[in-house]
Amino acid sequence: MSSHQLEIILSRQLADSLSIPIFLVDPDGNLLFYNEPAEELLGKRFEETGALTVEEWSTMFKPNYINGDPMPPKHLPLVKTLENHQPNHGSFYIKNFKDKTIRISATAYPIIGRPDRFLGAMSMFWKNEGS
Amino acid sequence: MKITIWGARGSLPSPSPETNEVGGNTSCVQVESDDTMIVLDAGSGIQRLNGNVPSHIKQIDILLTHLHLDHIMGLGFFSVLYNPKMVVNIWGPTGVNFDLESRLTRYLSPPLFPIRLKDLPCQLNLFEVNHSAFNIGDLKISSAYVCHPGPTLGFRIEGPSGILTYIPDHEPSLGSSNFPNVPEWTSGCSLAQNSDILLHDAQYTSDEYKTRIGWGHSTMKDAILFAEMSKTKKLLFFHHDPGRTDNHLNSLLKKEINSHPVDFEIGLASEGDQFIIGEY
Repeated sequence: MSSHQLEIILSRQLADSLSIPIFLVDPDGNLLFYNEPAEELLGKRFEETGALTVEEWSTMFKPNYINGDPMPPKHLPLVKTLENHQPNHGSFYIKNFKDKTIRISATAYPIIGRPDRFLGAMSMFWKNEGS
Repeated sequence: MKITIWGARGSLPSPSPETNEVGGNTSCVQVESDDTMIVLDAGSGIQRLNGNVPSHIKQIDILLTHLHLDHIMGLGFFSVLYNPKMVVNIWGPTGVNFDLESRLTRYLSPPLFPIRLKDLPCQLNLFEVNHSAFNIGDLKISSAYVCHPGPTLGFRIEGPSGILTYIPDHEPSLGSSNFPNVPEWTSGCSLAQNSDILLHDAQYTSDEYKTRIGWGHSTMKDAILFAEMSKTKKLLFFHHDPGRTDNHLNSLLKKEINSHPVDFEIGLASEGDQFIIGEY
């Protein structure tokens, strides 16, 4: 079995060490890992969901704009980062696996290895006050 | 493929009567296959290689894992660099802001060295490597960044007769949250897969490692676990701590083998050792 590239391995290790919820995806958007704080936010352990495609994870949480309108997946910060290889930020509602609606902010940034190899992206989430 | 160890010491040359068996020279390994000659790293062991370059060799490829001093300190003393008829290709890791030539020139220029890189008489070519594969003669080289401070590569050399993997500076457990159980999340694992010989960092004992996490080196135990995970046939401990005597290294090796029995060979990479993979 081939191993992931070093930058992805270290990104996972970083995510695993932080108390901020984090998603890690490959260049195609396949969800490679989310950490324990993200498990708590989403309501399901990573071992239960396993790796997910971008089509799966971008729709399964039913993202909504703050005004309540459905948010198309391509407007999610992480999906935008996969598209433009730049950091993106946004706030929106999701419905987690326990059917709870949560307002979150997400900051996504690209993982670009030496020299200019786009290897994937990470997204950090903040549960907004009062949600 | 013939492999000769000219230096396996880590960090700092450590010549002394007490290190005579394993040797005190830093990383340098010669790989020969027909008319192809590759030199893995240019540590102080390159001095002993000087007298062992076959006369028919007209091109030498030096593969640098990274530019820490113990891996390049011998470069300026490699005699072939002063032979105008010799083609010397140096392959090294890509950096972010400075190219390989600029970074090597920091060392190969005054005041650190009297002769500038660009003034070397040989026919010198520099190639930057990053997670890439290329061929040298009949050998296929694969490279990948591995877990060690600064841009650092491991190399897998596949010949018609077998596979050598060289990862002299590597901290495999740092990047893996569940080492050694998840190969796909372990740095360097693809490089080492099914190697006939794996030369791997084994600088620390497990006790020493507790205070040296993040320094970029492996314990002897982790080297064994890494070799087991990658289904290596023979593991040679490399990058020996400069403070260890022959007696100490031999006793640690015995202890590690006894505490973690495996079904492959484990030994200490020692200066002058030669290994043949397949026929040569």
